[in-house]
Amino acid sequence: MSKILVKEKDIVVPGECLAEGMDYLPGIGTYREGEKIMASRLGLAVIDGRAIKLIALSGKYLPKRGDTIIGKIKEILMSGWMLDTNSAYHAMLSMKEGTSDFIPKGADLTQYFNFGDYVVCKITNVTSQKLVDVTARGPGLRKLKGGRIITANTHKVPRIIGKKGSMVSMIKNATDCRVIVGQNGIIWLQGEDPKMELLAVNTIKKIEREAHISGLTDRIKEYLEKETGKKITVAASGE
Amino acid sequence: MAYTKRIDKRKFDETRPIEAKVGVIKRADGSAMFKIGNTVAYAAVYGPRSMFPRFLQNPQKGTLRVNYNMMPFSGHGDRVRPGPSRRSKEISMVTEKALLPVVDLKEFPNAVVDVFIELPQTDAGTRCAGICAASMALADAGIAMKDLVSSIAVGVIDGTVVADLNYDEEAFEGEVADIPVAVLPNSGKISLLQMDGHNTRGDLKKALELAKKVCMKIYEVQKKALKEKYASGKSESK
Repeated sequence: MSKILVKEKDIVVPGECLAEGMDYLPGIGTYREGEKIMASRLGLAVIDGRAIKLIALSGKYLPKRGDTIIGKIKEILMSGWMLDTNSAYHAMLSMKEGTSDFIPKGADLTQYFNFGDYVVCKITNVTSQKLVDVTARGPGLRKLKGGRIITANTHKVPRIIGKKGSMVSMIKNATDCRVIVGQNGIIWLQGEDPKMELLAVNTIKKIEREAHISGLTDRIKEYLEKETGKKITVAASGE
Repeated sequence: MAYTKRIDKRKFDETRPIEAKVGVIKRADGSAMFKIGNTVAYAAVYGPRSMFPRFLQNPQKGTLRVNYNMMPFSGHGDRVRPGPSRRSKEISMVTEKALLPVVDLKEFPNAVVDVFIELPQTDAGTRCAGICAASMALADAGIAMKDLVSSIAVGVIDGTVVADLNYDEEAFEGEVADIPVAVLPNSGKISLLQMDGHNTRGDLKKALELAKKVCMKIYEVQKKALKEKYASGKSESK
């Protein structure tokens, strides 16, 4: 006789029993102990058919292949650049992946990326030892000039982006800011109007704070409409 | 002279009032406060982050590093001399070993998870309060864990089994055994067991049974504190 012991979107703590019996399967963030399915971290329980998953609420970023992140140049090496990724591991940007320009032998690498520069890059590979390779060649991947950097919890990034980018495009439209959200929780913003830039920052902070409470999109829409005095239409599949 | 009535009028299996709060230190990746009577423990978790010097790194899995510290003005009488001591090093070590069975560090090779336990006010049972706070802080930091860890000191005072000794009871003139215990509440396994003083085999068994019972109560408090932080809609904003 199998039964689920939690409700959808319940907050569970590590070691809490989520379900009993073999009719359910342990998903991400859970493990099986005998007949029971237990939570292996703090998060929200999600029942997805027969599988029981856990959405993490906290924790540091862990580099994953295919993620687009914003990194900061922290060291310049013989063969490229080393980036701080806001996680326990740094990323390597090789000379070849840094720019499509021809770099002559012995050239000063700081003219491409200097110390402290922020770079939008994509993770191409992560080894078992967590050596991370990134590329800055590709659509939308570039060095960031000007603007401001804020950090958010990496587990709230999907909420900040929204379904098919709906949330972030709503912020962009309402505030006329350019926004790039890295999977590692580093966010870059640039706006003509400092007041609007500040509003975008506050909106992202609000999303981060209230990400796990339902009705988020409507609340953010209301908030942006109140602050800007504009009418906002939520794009169903904005890019 | 048998110990028939407790100094602070508690029942024999009653703990001091417990308070727990999660997310008390803003800049930490995870943090918690655990208060039992007059003993207060704060735990802050940082990481996983890169580990230096490099020879300490473990390429197989991440490292857990625990630091226990009693603040100079925290104790009863004399000022506690600041800095590491033989005692605090031992407690750091046993705390680390008490937490290690539950945390899963496979995902972070070469990295370290730092746990700092600070005690601004102490009245016996500090290592247990520290373990309780640290396990909550680790969960708050989003570290993968099998279970939480709950911990309590039980004791035998003149042949009477009691839970959660305070300083006056520890310093009781008669025969006193002080037994700090850490329990993994879901499996009932014990991850810390120390004893100071004299005891009989029968009393030790009774004391351990009591410790397990009390730890289940502490577990409920820990669980509630963790859920409260996220239920209130005020999660951390770094």
